[in-house]
Parts: sequence; C-alpha cells; structure tokens
Amino acid sequence: MGKLKLGKSSPDKSGENCGCIPEVAGNGLLHRRALLGRGIMVAGAMGAGAAGSLTDAAAEPLTEAPWSIEPGDATPPYGRPSPFEKAVVRTVDNPKNEPGGSRARTPHHLLKGTITPNGLHFTIMHAGIPDIDPAQHKLLIHGMVKQPLVFDLDALSRYRMVTRVGFLECGGNSAPLFSNEPIQADVQALHGLASCAEWSGVPLATLLDEAGVDPRAKWIIAEGADAPHLSRSVPLAKVMDDAIVALYQNGERIQPGQGYPMRLYLPGYEGNMNVKFLRRIQVTDQPGMTYFESKIYTDPLPNGKDTQFYFVQEVKSYITSPSPGLALREPGLYEISGVAYSGNGRIEKVLVSADGGNSWGEAALDEPRLPKAFTRFSMAWRWDGGPAVLQSRAWDEGGNVQPTREQFVAKRGQTSKPPSVLGFPGHHFNAITSWEVSPKGEVRHVYA
Amino acid sequence: MSMRKVAIAVCVLACAIAGAARAESPRLGKPISQSDFAEWDINILPDGTNLPPGSGKAADGAKLFADKCALCHGDKGQGGIAVRLIGGPAKASLNGGKTIANYWPYATTVFDYIRRAMPFPQPRSLSDQEVYSLVAFILAENKLIGEDDEINATTLPKVRMPNRDNFVVQFPDRM
Repeated sequence: MGKLKLGKSSPDKSGENCGCIPEVAGNGLLHRRALLGRGIMVAGAMGAGAAGSLTDAAAEPLTEAPWSIEPGDATPPYGRPSPFEKAVVRTVDNPKNEPGGSRARTPHHLLKGTITPNGLHFTIMHAGIPDIDPAQHKLLIHGMVKQPLVFDLDALSRYRMVTRVGFLECGGNSAPLFSNEPIQADVQALHGLASCAEWSGVPLATLLDEAGVDPRAKWIIAEGADAPHLSRSVPLAKVMDDAIVALYQNGERIQPGQGYPMRLYLPGYEGNMNVKFLRRIQVTDQPGMTYFESKIYTDPLPNGKDTQFYFVQEVKSYITSPSPGLALREPGLYEISGVAYSGNGRIEKVLVSADGGNSWGEAALDEPRLPKAFTRFSMAWRWDGGPAVLQSRAWDEGGNVQPTREQFVAKRGQTSKPPSVLGFPGHHFNAITSWEVSPKGEVRHVYA
Repeated sequence: MSMRKVAIAVCVLACAIAGAARAESPRLGKPISQSDFAEWDINILPDGTNLPPGSGKAADGAKLFADKCALCHGDKGQGGIAVRLIGGPAKASLNGGKTIANYWPYATTVFDYIRRAMPFPQPRSLSDQEVYSLVAFILAENKLIGEDDEINATTLPKVRMPNRDNFVVQFPDRM
C-alpha cells in the first residue's frame, strides 16, 4: 500500500492539449467529467486511438427477429426476471438443508444501483426456514415494562409505519479476507453477505412506550420463532433510536428467508442482531450473553484479548465491476463501479486507485446518499492493457476511514493458513479489497 | 425568578417534551399475564435470573448425552458434524478453537442455548431437569466443575468461566 496521493496527473496525461478527459490518478483513472452525459462517449472515441482500436468492423445488417413478428407470452401474476438472466442468483451453500446452517450470498458483480432485489438479498439460516402462519404469529413484549403486551400482525398493521433504505450485513461478511493469503473467489463469495433494501415497519420504540419501559432498563433481548429460538441482546438506546419491527421489504411483505412475517431491523448493526421471525422482546437491565453474542460474533485479537458486542458494521467499500469473473476483453474505457456503506451514517467520499494504492482519484457518488445504506460509486478508467491493481477506499460522515488491509491486520490479526472460503475465521472485516487486472484482462483477488 | 417566569419555563419545557414525543399510537397491544407466557419465558440472564427449579449431575447427563447429543457432537463431545463441546485447545485464535472451556464467558449460556435450540431436530423437547444434567456433564467433562457437583439455579451462575474477564467491549460509548 503506497502513500496516499490525490489527483496525481503527469503533464502529458493532463488532457489539456488533446481535449480528452484528464487523468486524476495514475494508470488511467479519469476525471469524473468522463462519466457525465456525453463525456464518456467522447472519451471513448478519443481513447480508441490512444489505447488501440476497439472495433474497426462495421455493425451487422439489422433484420426482424423471431420475437418481433408474433405476439409474445401471457403476463404472469408475479413477474420474474428473463430466463436469460438465470445466472443472476444467490450462491447457496446448503442446498439439501442438511443439519446446520445455510447461507445464500448476493451476486454483487451482476447487479447495479443500490437496492438488492428481494430474491437476491443475502440470508443466513441456522436451522432452516420456518413456515409461519402469519395469522397465528404473535409478538410478546415483557420484562422491565409496566404491562406485558402481545401484538399480532393485524394490530401492527394499524400502527404508523416508517420506511427507510438501509443495508444489512452479516457480521461475518468478507471473513475470507482474514486469510493470510488471498483466497481466489469472486465478489459474491467474498462479500456476498451484505445487501441493501427499503424496509417498512413499526418503530419498536412505539410498542415499548405502549408497554411502559422501566427507567432502569438498559437492554432488550430479542428472540425469533424459528427452531433455534435465536436470541440477541440489543442496547435499549439503539432500540429507542431507530429500531423497526419490519413487515415489508422493497414494498412487499418480507420473504420467509428474511423473517416472515416480521423481523427486527437495526440500521447499521450486524445482521445476526436483526432477529428474524421476531416473536419476543424482553426488556432487561443486563445483556443475556446469548450463544451468538458469547461465542459466535466475537473474535480473538492479536493481543490475546477477545472482542465483545462489536455491533456496528463499520465503513467499507468494494469494487463490484471489474471483479473476478468479469474479464476485460480489450484495452479501452471502462467504468469502475462498486458499493460503499457505513453503519455510522452517510458515505462522504470514496477514492479509487488503479495502481495498488500509489495514487488515488475521487469517485463519483450516486445520489441520494442515505445514512446506513449502500452508496454506488463509479470512476472512469482507461485501461491501457498493462497490469493494474484496483482498489476503493471509503470515508463516512463521522470521519471514519476504511482501513488498509495492513492496518486492519495489525489490529485484528489474520489466520496462519488459508481457511475455507465458506469459513468464518473472524468477523467485521472492513479493510480495502484489491483486484489485480492481468494484461490478458483477467481479474483476481490480491493483497496489495 | 418570579413564579410567573417559572410557570412559563415549565410550560415551555413541557411543550418541548410533548413536541418530541412519538406520534399518537393506536395502543392495540393486548395485556397478558406472566403465567400465560411462561412457555416462552426462556431467557436465562448471566446472573442466573430466570433459571428454573430443578438440578442435575454429570452422571445423569452422560446417559442423556450418549442418547441425544453424541450423534452430532461425537461420543466424547469431541465434535462431529456439529461443534466440539468437550476439550480442545487451551486458547482460541483466528484459526479456530473457540470452546466452552476456553472462550464462553458465562456458564448460564450453556443452559440457555441447550434449552432453546437443542437437540437440533427437536428443540424444546428436553425437560429442565435434563438440561441441568447435560450442563453438569459438559461442565464436568471440561473440568469446570467437579464430577459430583450439583448444577442448579444457585450453583450454575457461580461457575467461574476462565475466559470471562478477557473480553473487550467494542463500542462502549454507543451503548
């Protein structure tokens, strides 16, 4: 990782004399202007001469296609993607539902924008997906309250709901990057346990106020109705701030894999705490020290200590295109694109490097930049056919900066031998990811 | 400050609080009594709060373990298709090896988790007595209690877990 240099551009690449888009950082990163309006087309045309001819052949003659000369299919009640998009699916690591957990990962490299479609949202189950009859599902609030209360779905549907876009990320997302050697896998395998959706539901604070919280209370313990009766403790301050009993995801009822008919949604907090199939909230003066917060979502540190209550998913970004599996076919102009997010708030800035961190240019950020939600960043890049290492680095509005892998490992450690790509040696990995582009255009995961 | 000014100040404060209050609620929660949710009331707190009556010893737990746990966790609790429960390395690392003995901060978690989630195919099928016996067996095999020690609501929270004071809370300022 080289020293941070912003906006480095050599005189001969400034673009001032040729009228093309100037470089803002080494190895072909172009000014944001290249992404605006017609700029990219101009840059593409100009770039063709400089970086080798993209295509000299004329387009094929155009004729009527078979689907244009007869009526098409019936409209289905529930729309589905084109059959040609059948590769755009989650990877599922326990398709036969053998005893134990199962994980389904989001195909970031095949998606754009910031909202993950419901069927592609990541999910982790610890003992299968329960088949819950919503008419019989109940939510109990008890413990340090004046009056224990029970709510059903009908009742909750009459409360004022709030809607917010927010990311959800497993505390173990990106765990393969704890490996001492880079594991060769794509962005779906490495970072697929994070997604972003619009969540609608009832603020949990409204329901707790109705039950009357004892002023001495400090925590809640949330529990699901699935077979493991999964339970997690959440600080009461967080709950009263922005916790939602979510009933809808991207406008429709949340899917069974997301906790149908209701889940806890804690913006910016590790996925496991966002308890699915939510059936019970106990208000307490102490955490429950449940299995998942005692053993699973805690990590040994290099100094011999162990982490505990590592709730916030800290500032992070990764490039989704180009990325492993998406080879570059020829030199020329490309858009580098990825997602950035922080459990502490909005994304303030994303820098991109094409030379392994020796120089950096500021990426364009798509609006709206919402707090604790995916922000899409992009950067124009003229690949000259030579070796390149692509990186992104994000800052959030709290001034938190995504660490380099070196900084991260110094604090949190790494394995001494490569683990399985499906393993979880550690949690809350948020350091920089590096993709190396070979002269052939192939992309692989490296540490740089 | 005059009484009138005090009254105005109080009013301003009260109005500010009212303004900050959450929106009007339809208040549709149905009251329920403790006895009517007893079956769901299964959280055990680390100080032992809510541990049920009953007790168990390792010898009884050994039989239950062979019947209900060994298939997945190994006949000696050494691990199989499910995690190790007995023995293991002295210290966990990023290469693995987190165990009840070297890692879990509270013994109450063992009771809570077995009762809510185990055995994997039939959670909530064990009696409280059976859970106490299994907890006693697992703790004794890990040398965390003696072979003949009785585990109950009083003794379980007192079991000293070796790694308890080794944890660093990550976000204390936000809790």
